[in-house]
Amino acid sequence: MKFGVIIFPGSNCDYDAYMVAKNVIKQDVEFLWHQDTSLSNCDCVILPGGFSYGDYLRTGAIAKFSSIMKKVMDFAQDGGLVVGICNGLQILLEAGLLPGAMLRNTSLRFICKFVHIEVENENTPFTNLCHKGQVLKIPIAHTDGNYFISEEGLNRLKQNQQIVFRYCDQFGGITQEANPNGSLYNIAGICNEKRNVLGMMPHPERASESILGSEDGKHIFQSIVNFFEKGKQI
Amino acid sequence: MGKENRLARAVVYVKLKDGVLDPQGSTIQRALENMGYQGIKDVRSGKVFEIAFQQNHGKKPEELIDEICRKLLTNPVIEKYNFEILK
Repeated sequence: MKFGVIIFPGSNCDYDAYMVAKNVIKQDVEFLWHQDTSLSNCDCVILPGGFSYGDYLRTGAIAKFSSIMKKVMDFAQDGGLVVGICNGLQILLEAGLLPGAMLRNTSLRFICKFVHIEVENENTPFTNLCHKGQVLKIPIAHTDGNYFISEEGLNRLKQNQQIVFRYCDQFGGITQEANPNGSLYNIAGICNEKRNVLGMMPHPERASESILGSEDGKHIFQSIVNFFEKGKQI
Repeated sequence: MGKENRLARAVVYVKLKDGVLDPQGSTIQRALENMGYQGIKDVRSGKVFEIAFQQNHGKKPEELIDEICRKLLTNPVIEKYNFEILK
């Protein structure tokens, strides 16, 4: 299968995602430019982390108007796999491909550290090699990662099992202390109703090789490959 | 310069919706208390945009600015807005 990694002005995790796709899970991968008007037949599009358009106005607010985002929206509508990591998630929220919005971290600080997240839903193209309750050690690096959604919206997420990852302690306990940024319901990652769009604040591409301190992020990339190899069945 | 080329101006105020946590506002509120200002119960932060524009979009100024607010300046999940057109 073929991954595509979009480069927006200010993306800075694009090469990390590219390297994991190419060298760690050994798949085809291509960079896509924000002004491109085609997704080059990629099977899974990654919106990487960074500070697209300098995070001006609101994180992701300007990137959503890039030429390539029209294609990403059509692709997602047709069931194509889209993964937004960190700033990529912020763009997906602004574009309306995922529900909710990001607020400033409650500490008001940029937080860059390893955290633990619990797999809440393993029945997705992105987590099918994980099991429910599995704890992954993956780093975060953001200032605006405090996930917010209305009470009604949160209930919908729960009902439709769209909550994919929640911040937890190393034993899987969902606690206030394990919530690094104030996110509602400890939410670290969500998917859309159709399960083909994932957004997560932690960076799996920074935790896919043991030399980087954790290989847990690799499960997500491998799950995507597995999903394709099994004929797009979860 | 002809009258039709004169720029109109709008001021847009964007605030977080009531009930949405405002970590910046609450930090400022605590700072004011620590500085000795008593009775400062709540601070909400926001943004102001000043926009100069030509009035030949085929839309009323109010419609134009409202559209800009909805499409770009605000995120309706967390923010609300109001604006004034300066004549």
